Amino acid sequence: MEMEEFVEQARSIINDGNLTFHQRKHYLAALAENSLPYPEIGPEAAEALNKGIVSDLYEGHAPYRPRYLLPDYELALAQGSEHLELEPPHTIDEALNFLLILYTQVPSITGFPVFLGDIDSLLLPYAEGVSDAALRAKLRLFWIALDRILPDGFVHANIGPQDNRVVRAILDIERELLQIVPNLSLKVHPDLTSDSLLLDAIETVFTTAKPHFVNHPMMVEDLGTGYGIVSCYNSLKKGGGSHTMVRLNLKEAAVAHSGSIDDFIDATLPFYASLNAEVMASRIRYLVEDARFFEHDFLAREGLVRLDRFSAMFGVYGLAEAVNILMEHEGLDARYGDGGAADELSYRIIGRIRAFVDDCPMPYSEGGGGRSLLHSQSGIDSDVNVTAGTRIPIGTEPETFQHISTVTPHHRHFDAGVSDIFHIDDTVRDNPEAVVDMIRGAFATGMREFTFNVDSNDFVRITGYLVRKSELARFQEGGERHASTVFAAGSVANSHVTERTTKRVLIREHSPRPAQ
Amino acid sequence: MSTVLGLLNNTIAFSSVDGPGNRFVVFLQGCNFNCVTCHNPYTITRCTDCGLCVGPCPEHALSIEDGPLIVLDTGACTLCDVCIEVCPEDSTPLARVVTVRDLIEEIRAVAPFISGITVSGGEATQQPEFVADLFSTLKADPHLAHLTTFVDSNGAAPVEVWKRLADVMDGAMVDLKALDPATHLRLTARENDQVLASIEYLAQHDLLYEVRLLIVPGYNDDTQTVLRTAEWLSSVDPSMRIKLIGYRAHGVRPEALHIPEATGELLEHLETILREHGFDQIAVT
Ligand code: SF4
Ligand code: SF4
Repeated sequence: MEMEEFVEQARSIINDGNLTFHQRKHYLAALAENSLPYPEIGPEAAEALNKGIVSDLYEGHAPYRPRYLLPDYELALAQGSEHLELEPPHTIDEALNFLLILYTQVPSITGFPVFLGDIDSLLLPYAEGVSDAALRAKLRLFWIALDRILPDGFVHANIGPQDNRVVRAILDIERELLQIVPNLSLKVHPDLTSDSLLLDAIETVFTTAKPHFVNHPMMVEDLGTGYGIVSCYNSLKKGGGSHTMVRLNLKEAAVAHSGSIDDFIDATLPFYASLNAEVMASRIRYLVEDARFFEHDFLAREGLVRLDRFSAMFGVYGLAEAVNILMEHEGLDARYGDGGAADELSYRIIGRIRAFVDDCPMPYSEGGGGRSLLHSQSGIDSDVNVTAGTRIPIGTEPETFQHISTVTPHHRHFDAGVSDIFHIDDTVRDNPEAVVDMIRGAFATGMREFTFNVDSNDFVRITGYLVRKSELARFQEGGERHASTVFAAGSVANSHVTERTTKRVLIREHSPRPAQ
Repeated sequence: MSTVLGLLNNTIAFSSVDGPGNRFVVFLQGCNFNCVTCHNPYTITRCTDCGLCVGPCPEHALSIEDGPLIVLDTGACTLCDVCIEVCPEDSTPLARVVTVRDLIEEIRAVAPFISGITVSGGEATQQPEFVADLFSTLKADPHLAHLTTFVDSNGAAPVEVWKRLADVMDGAMVDLKALDPATHLRLTARENDQVLASIEYLAQHDLLYEVRLLIVPGYNDDTQTVLRTAEWLSSVDPSMRIKLIGYRAHGVRPEALHIPEATGELLEHLETILREHGFDQIAVT
């Protein structure tokens, strides 16, 4: 980058009245980082990156912290923290105070912690002897503090699968406060999670579009019991995380391809996948070997994150366009989501990518058994005319049952998460048991996780995180308190999200750059 | 498995408004009422294969050359409803003949997602053998037996039909269009003696899931009428579920367009009357 350009960009960030102090500082740091040369990659990978066939989500040129960290909060509460000069907590007040402090010290790509832990089971031992009313009052203040101290839609707490006092209090507080932060995922087990807890969660969906629902046994099978749902529905190992995420734009790969569908599957796809993997590996080496995060950071020194529980995410997006483009090449008018040949092709593509990821060793990725984990990536604000992950494009979704049946076969491949969103009609408010049926059915038939969007909610999900409709409107005029709302506003402009007739499901990723 | 055929208008995989939980709904073709307020009059009569809709179909999806029956090319049909508009019989060429086996396979795919199935219409009880076979086949299938079986009916069926269904049906929702015979005749072109008998029979046998009162302004919305209805319902079963449905004009035939829609205030007022009679399970839509 030329000095002149650097100066100009720095000035435009500093003078951007739509950004808070914290956001300006974040973008300035990114600008400085990006004045360094990119980690070493070959010319073909560099070209793919340049053309946007491979995308590093603007993570930066010199990774100095992992993209996502999932500290082992259970361990932290048990042993205290030398670095933070905190004794292990004994009371609920001490535990809440401890966690709040620790959260502010957890880095990530956005600068905010993307994982707050299995918050109900973390706090349950400290809730003993505390009355229901006192527990609720304390959690309520904690919840307000989270939203105000960590105002980013990627900050994510997990609850479930078991029912307990803490999870009930949290759902109740969610319905009262209507906050964007934290995002929330409920781990659902067919036996451990009662209908009554699900109904309470569904009532919460009706007011806040939270929580997201997660197939607990399926996650445990892929990642073990110690897993967490973080950020924009990324599933990773607790006590570990993901060094980076680099994503393959399947649409651009299809555009660049000429030849038969078989050629695409056998040659083009593995070629670009290997470039995607090359960029990942180089970024990981820089983080671990040059920036040496795991040698310096107190989270690693105190054992709260361990390198051997890390992996990296291999992301894909634009499946819908890729499939439709390839179908057009063949002169077929089948479209992804219509139940025919296009859907079959989509399964071949994702199956092939998963096979590639399984066979491709990745450095410092013992947390994934020495390979990366596959993630269906839900987009960022600069994505234009490309559908998130493996979703069916907005406006062309079939009715809910066919929608679920179409996307479910993809889910088993995405051990690092996938975010599908299903619209439910407002009439379910009178019959929440119908939603229990849908959740149970989706998980019984192999869906990994999903979110509901209810018609007439005050909240909108744009690319995976929540935005209040009113804040979206206000963003045009003034500054924005939540970092992710900025991103959502960009998403609305670029992705026709407002065209969702009934679905307002937003896929959350982040806003990696200031508005161009 | 049975060989009885059903005449089907349509199915939907997920419904949250046709009984408890999420339900697969079967809409049968053909109804013995001819309600002024019908929202989908094309489900009332059976197609006579007159062929009048073949020409107007913009997609050339219909043909009748190969035989006496009208044939639909489902791939070509865009569901534009032109055929329904031109049909002189209030019918549709889209209704299809199905076997119980066809439907069971459709239900099997959806089974993990639903609490049960509801057969609606048209009028479900106009094809009692088909409904009975469908339900008994479900109940006999180890993978589907847990699904509850409901009928959504206008109630105008002889008690023998309910007796036939009683062992394999878990519940029925019954419309009561009007308690007063004359009003009922005006609204539906039929007497209501069978409807009242059906409600009584189903309540006595613990098969009445819900009574639905369609409130049509100018016909059955005055306080006295609703008071009498509440008294009668309470004499049948004071704890029954009631759904109050306000008349809406969407989909109705031109003859009904002069009828005003039921307002929220009206429904609220009538709900209060029902609550004063001790009913506490009331849904209003
Ligand atoms: S649908 Fe109507 S117009 Fe068409 S053939 Fe049948 S009766 Fe005639
Ligand atoms: S709805 Fe009727 S008129 Fe329209 S395409 Fe289908 S068959 Fe033809």
